[in-house]
Amino acid sequence: MKRFLLPLAAFAVLVGFLAIGLTRDPRDVPSPLVGKPAPAFTLPQLHDAGKSFSAADMKGRVWLLNVWASWCVSCREEHPVLVEFAKTGQVPIIGLDYKDKVADARQWLDKLGNPYTLTAVDADGRVGIDYGVYGVPETYVIDKQGIIRMKHTGPITPESLNKKILPLVAELSR
Amino acid sequence: MTPELGHFALILAFVTALMQGVLPLIGAQRRRTQWIALARPAAQTHFLLLAFSFACLAQSFLANDFSVAYVAQNSNTQLPAIYRFAAVWGGHEGSLLLWVLMLSGWGAAVSVTSRQLPEVMVARVLAVLGLVSIGMLAFILFTSNPFARLLPAAAEGRDLNPLLQDPGLVFHPPMLYMGYVGFSVAFAFAVAALISGRLDAAWARWSRPWTTAAWCFLTIGIAMGSWWAYYELGWGGWWFWDPVENASFMPWLAGTALIHSLAITEKRGAFKNWTVLLAIAAFSLSLLGTFLVRSGVLTSVHAFASDPSRGVFILILLGVVIGSSLTLFAWRAPRVSAGGAFALVSRETMLLINNVLLVVAAGSVLLGTLYPLIIDALGLGKLSVGPPYFNTVFVPVMVPLLLLIAVGPLARWKHADLRDMARRLRLSFVLALLAGIILPQLMGRWTPMTALGCLLAVWIASSTVFQIAERLKIGGGNAPASFWGMHLAHFGIAVFVIGVTLVGGYQEEKDVRMQTGDVVSVGGYQLRLLGISTAPGPNYRASVGEFELSKNGRVLKTLHPEKRQYFSSQMPMTEAAIDAGLTRDIYVSLGEPLDQQGAWSVRVYFKPFVDWIWAGCLLMAAGGFLAVIDRRYRLRVKAAASVPASVTA
Amino acid sequence: MRRWPVLLMLFALFALVALVAGDVFAGEAAPLATNEAVEKRLVAISEELRCLVCQNESLAASQADLANDLRREIRKMIGEGKTDREILDFMVARYGDFVRYRPPVKPTTWALWGGPFILLAGGLGALVFFLRRRNRMAPPPVLSEEQRRHAAALLDQSDT
Repeated sequence: MKRFLLPLAAFAVLVGFLAIGLTRDPRDVPSPLVGKPAPAFTLPQLHDAGKSFSAADMKGRVWLLNVWASWCVSCREEHPVLVEFAKTGQVPIIGLDYKDKVADARQWLDKLGNPYTLTAVDADGRVGIDYGVYGVPETYVIDKQGIIRMKHTGPITPESLNKKILPLVAELSR
Repeated sequence: MTPELGHFALILAFVTALMQGVLPLIGAQRRRTQWIALARPAAQTHFLLLAFSFACLAQSFLANDFSVAYVAQNSNTQLPAIYRFAAVWGGHEGSLLLWVLMLSGWGAAVSVTSRQLPEVMVARVLAVLGLVSIGMLAFILFTSNPFARLLPAAAEGRDLNPLLQDPGLVFHPPMLYMGYVGFSVAFAFAVAALISGRLDAAWARWSRPWTTAAWCFLTIGIAMGSWWAYYELGWGGWWFWDPVENASFMPWLAGTALIHSLAITEKRGAFKNWTVLLAIAAFSLSLLGTFLVRSGVLTSVHAFASDPSRGVFILILLGVVIGSSLTLFAWRAPRVSAGGAFALVSRETMLLINNVLLVVAAGSVLLGTLYPLIIDALGLGKLSVGPPYFNTVFVPVMVPLLLLIAVGPLARWKHADLRDMARRLRLSFVLALLAGIILPQLMGRWTPMTALGCLLAVWIASSTVFQIAERLKIGGGNAPASFWGMHLAHFGIAVFVIGVTLVGGYQEEKDVRMQTGDVVSVGGYQLRLLGISTAPGPNYRASVGEFELSKNGRVLKTLHPEKRQYFSSQMPMTEAAIDAGLTRDIYVSLGEPLDQQGAWSVRVYFKPFVDWIWAGCLLMAAGGFLAVIDRRYRLRVKAAASVPASVTA
Repeated sequence: MRRWPVLLMLFALFALVALVAGDVFAGEAAPLATNEAVEKRLVAISEELRCLVCQNESLAASQADLANDLRREIRKMIGEGKTDREILDFMVARYGDFVRYRPPVKPTTWALWGGPFILLAGGLGALVFFLRRRNRMAPPPVLSEEQRRHAAALLDQSDT
């Protein structure tokens, strides 16, 4: 009479999935852009509106694109980590100031320190859409060929920097 | 002091649950009368202690005692008293306390109304409820204590989520919990019957009214939640297939199947195993729902705070409760007799088809709800399963079920005469066909889906009315309450289907920019914006729009939608204004201010027959309650005690 | 004798018709929306899409900032004459399949799309199997026509 064991077996499988599910974060959405060329853009620079910045300018170098904004609460959390890291000069960090006011953004950097090689201004969030930004801060690791190799959503912590981002940067720079 | 008393009562309740869960069970196995006799007083004490504990928590809320962490997180001195009370179940800890209070309440209810049942059976049923309560109380005491103190006390509370500051919070969760915790009684009866090895028609008759009562509460609870979402979320949907909604809908589907299969088991003694399995399934789905809501494994609009360690605890609880009952099932089920025979065309078969369809529906909802989690667990990426999926797979399963509603009650037990049934359905068929052709055209546009909906609704409604008429002809005075209950519930479904069909097919939506004096037309009505002013509320500031609703130049009413800014959370909340009517709702909600000249974005909906959706649910629930009061459930069944054990052979 | 329920139903049907008709045949005023056709398509498309910032809301329902931006983007694409397919691809290229409330049919979703119908077929199949086996084990008692009528009369008084 094995068929009476079927409900129990089905239930056991279900519990297994639920247990694995508990270890996952349902809000973490992987980006389909990983492994694809970084979308091209040309935007004015934060500190010099006359000059512009293009993603293409970084061809041949490994770089980080960090999306931030002065209104973003968790950016405040990751900022000291970035400032510390920028001091090592290992890899250029380009800021993308997302849907922000230029004055606010400048003031923010003056107060908290500026880890960015330069910051591009994405005032209407159009470039953000191309990069699939949905929760600032977000960080992209882009290789020498201009391919996105990794996307980190949420504030960068020392742990995620040392365990995830830096090893990848080292590998890509070789 | 009050919180400590509450906490102490909670611990005592845990101890009584231990007594209620363990002693009567052993007593029933070893025939120790004193231990068996413990069940009732233990269940009643258990309930009183939890009620006291709950009252203590409520008192802490009403007294703004922010030294209680849970109160500090979910209340605020500016919060109106009624919401301070409802805030008791506005967060995780308190809603679990409500859950277990309901559980003990159902147990106490069983203990006082089960005089006609054999003592051993009652002892086992109450013991099973006690065991479930032990698990839930352990969960509350060890991971989610609502009485935990916050030292030093907060000066001010963080406030209740503005979304929850609504009369809906006062009624919806208690009703919903009454319902899905209520399935614990059917579960306890099933498990008790499995333990005793006595699965008979008497068992089915005993658990039927309890199952139906729980189902009624769940129906009302779900309907209220749907109505709340309709007016609160600001865009006029009534069902979103959100995981949390699905969590309450799956037990409803399983419970509906259970009500019908209990009918077979009670009347014909057949399919006992299946009925027992459904009773276990209905409550398991309730527990699963609690897990899904409380563990945060799925994202939902309900955005409950979640904590993985709590998730692990509920998962273990789920595993123990459901796992052990299914093991018991696998052990006992093979020895259960088959019951009375019947022909292929019979009431029995109809009810079984109903069961298959409802179970498939519940399975589909389960699959869709958990699929993102399964894919993620297998490392295959992330995806979303939303309303378009559920609507696509759900409708094909529901259509045959709705068709069957008109047919099933016509079939006789054991052996039905197809020709006779066809004759009695002829007229309904013609009327349904006419409705399918004519009604959609009258609404302005004929589409296959609306035609199908109208056809189904009229098919069910007319067949129900004709069946009542036939009954009255042969003397309706002696028709039992459950006869009226069944037909009323089925008629409620017809009303529901009309609502769903017409609002789905013919609602109109306008998203417009409006300045004072502007007019928007929708569904033949005109809405003129007379002005937008600001007004203070108890704990918020509101922008209140004044709209004049008119039709053909005749002013009908003034509507006041609000956009509220709550002080404590700075969250903007939309309060739609609705002119509800028998045939349509006019629904206005304020969007955002657009510029300095005072223009606002405004959403206006014309929702034909939308209230029929909830009216239908209320009719279903009313039908259920009618069935519950049927005299035969309260008869002192002497025979039940002496039914020969051979039924189990 | 049997006529009054029919009349009742017909009356109810007419009442329903009257209710329906009363509300729909009124003169329509001019719409205020800029381009209704575009808005209709926008709603249809954005109801199929999930808002990423919100917990679980469609793009059509969400009032989040990003949702507003994306709706604006979709409106622009509709204006440029893009097809629904192209707009959907645009979204999926940026946010992945997660953004679609209607998961695409592909090997990892076969179980999702097929599941309910397999369940249905399996359930009905199992039902037929069990019913036939049951009937083989215990054939239904054969009643004479007179017995049946007698039983039916009894049932009429008690069944529900």
